[in-house]
Amino acid sequence: MMRRLEAFFEKLTGRLPIGWLQLVHNKMRFGAALAGVAFADILILMQLGFMGGLVDSIKFPYHQMSADLILSASDMNTLADGGPVPRQRMYEALAVSGVKSASPLYYGKIDWKQPDGTVRTLDTFGIDPARVTFATPEINAQLDVLKLPDMALLDRRTRNVPKAVFQRIDAGQPITFEAKGRTLTVEKLFSIGGGMTTDGYLIVSDQTFLNLFPQRAAGAPNHILLRLDAGVSRDAVAMELRQRLPGYDTAARTIDEAITKDTAYQTTQRPVGIVFGFGVAIGILVGCIIVYQVLSTDVADHIREYATFKAIGYPQSFFLGIVFEEALILAVFGFIPGVIVAMLLYALVSSVTGLPLNMTLVRAISVLIGTMAMCMISGAVATRKLARANPADLF
Amino acid sequence: MIDTADNSLATSTASYPIVVRDLGHWFGEDEARKQVLFDLDFAVDAGKLTVLMGASGSGKTTLLTLMGCLRRVEQGSVMLLGSELHGASEPTLVEKRRHLGFIFQAHNLHDSLTAMQNVRMGLEVHGERAMAHWQDAAAHLLSALGLQERLDYLPAKLSGGQKQRVAVARALVGNPDIVFADEPTAALDKDTGAVVVHMLKQLGRERGTTTVMVTHDNRILELADRIITLEDGRIVDDLRRP
Repeated sequence: MMRRLEAFFEKLTGRLPIGWLQLVHNKMRFGAALAGVAFADILILMQLGFMGGLVDSIKFPYHQMSADLILSASDMNTLADGGPVPRQRMYEALAVSGVKSASPLYYGKIDWKQPDGTVRTLDTFGIDPARVTFATPEINAQLDVLKLPDMALLDRRTRNVPKAVFQRIDAGQPITFEAKGRTLTVEKLFSIGGGMTTDGYLIVSDQTFLNLFPQRAAGAPNHILLRLDAGVSRDAVAMELRQRLPGYDTAARTIDEAITKDTAYQTTQRPVGIVFGFGVAIGILVGCIIVYQVLSTDVADHIREYATFKAIGYPQSFFLGIVFEEALILAVFGFIPGVIVAMLLYALVSSVTGLPLNMTLVRAISVLIGTMAMCMISGAVATRKLARANPADLF
Repeated sequence: MIDTADNSLATSTASYPIVVRDLGHWFGEDEARKQVLFDLDFAVDAGKLTVLMGASGSGKTTLLTLMGCLRRVEQGSVMLLGSELHGASEPTLVEKRRHLGFIFQAHNLHDSLTAMQNVRMGLEVHGERAMAHWQDAAAHLLSALGLQERLDYLPAKLSGGQKQRVAVARALVGNPDIVFADEPTAALDKDTGAVVVHMLKQLGRERGTTTVMVTHDNRILELADRIITLEDGRIVDDLRRP
């Protein structure tokens, strides 16, 4: 195996693969270096996984909506914040050419107290059960249930709820729970999944919603979802709506624009997103320090040999090649265990928290390229020690 | 000091692989600046074994490193294989060194490379063409030095003498025009030391390889074609054998 790798690197570099031979010569140090790079990769991949989970959890509710455009308060950053939108904007929007239908969407949070005393936070959507608000067939097939007061559909991926609860509902045995001083009955389930700020979702009728949140008014939903006629340009209608509707209280966006704004806000303005970004930076820093330590020690240990090669007539580029060869080997060989462990941790964290942590090819390749860059930068810094390899000192 | 014959030949330096003229050298800066070589003039004969002798601090090693393109010439002139080293650029010095072979007192073998691979490094610097039969060349040299059973050994598994022999093979495998050696036999037993010196002499006869060596080994002095003695940075004796 080692011989084959040596032959592979010899073919790759077109010379004796001294970098590879130096690394494997001291197996303890090589193992420690790989563990260090893998650790940095795991750190980076976990932070990116959490960030990706956050972004996915932001996208999921939007993707459930049966809408081309969304009208929200002008100060809206996420589905959950911003003021209400005057219901009359819905009728004004319906007057715009190309707008086929509109549905008000009410949003609130309720706490679901569990038998053990813990609380699950549910993001609650209030919808008109006579209209198609969501694109999910599973939800639309159960809209009639919501026409009865205090009935609710529950997210089957709600975090930290015993499976027996969902099995019971699936078996046709409704459950009830107290929320906001009312008794809600859950007869049916749907599937979205929790995020960073919620354990799961609940869908109720607009009337039930207003009963749960009596301070809210029917004439002021949080969002208005618009569906357009087939073949109509979303951007053109959004532009038309921006011109027609007063910008001080209403903003018209395509669903993609709303997702982009929501994602940008949550990943760059909110602490959770900044923390994950900071975690990635720390991972890169840790990786750089580890690789620099390994490479600079390696250069220092071989300074006399390098000086000998200089005396023989090898140019400076030859030594840079050795250090970069080592840097790339550390990057690739450290990445492999790093990505495997990260995938295992993704599965573990996902099963525990319900967060959608998935290793995407783009993320894996990005981190590999980033690791290579990280190792190359560390290698470039470590090559400064090569200047100490003075062949005249050999005599 | 340079003999009459050398002075007359100084005008046609092409026949000498090394010609040193008015060479001076200093170490240190400002008040700590100290001259270690003074106005040296001599030419080294092609294909011969020239020994530099002198007490510690006499300047012989500094002279060796100046002729070997390992230090920059500050004053005077060193013509090496027809090229002036005074004022030569770093790439020129690097290129010149590829025509030289170095044998250091310490073997300086690469600890991660086998004996064969260490010798290979002496060839690889010459490019792809030189590498065509590198295994044969390296194995032949190592075998000639009695290491045929140790070709794939790492330096850690070789004795001091064996390591030095690998270093000798590394210096010679590229067929250098000039070999610079610093006490090359210090770590070798009597027989192996003799093998190395006879090999250098044989290269001189067969290929015209010139050897400049710093040594105090009396066994080598007997075989030297010329012995130059330095004292406090000056040549005080220049003995040629017929």
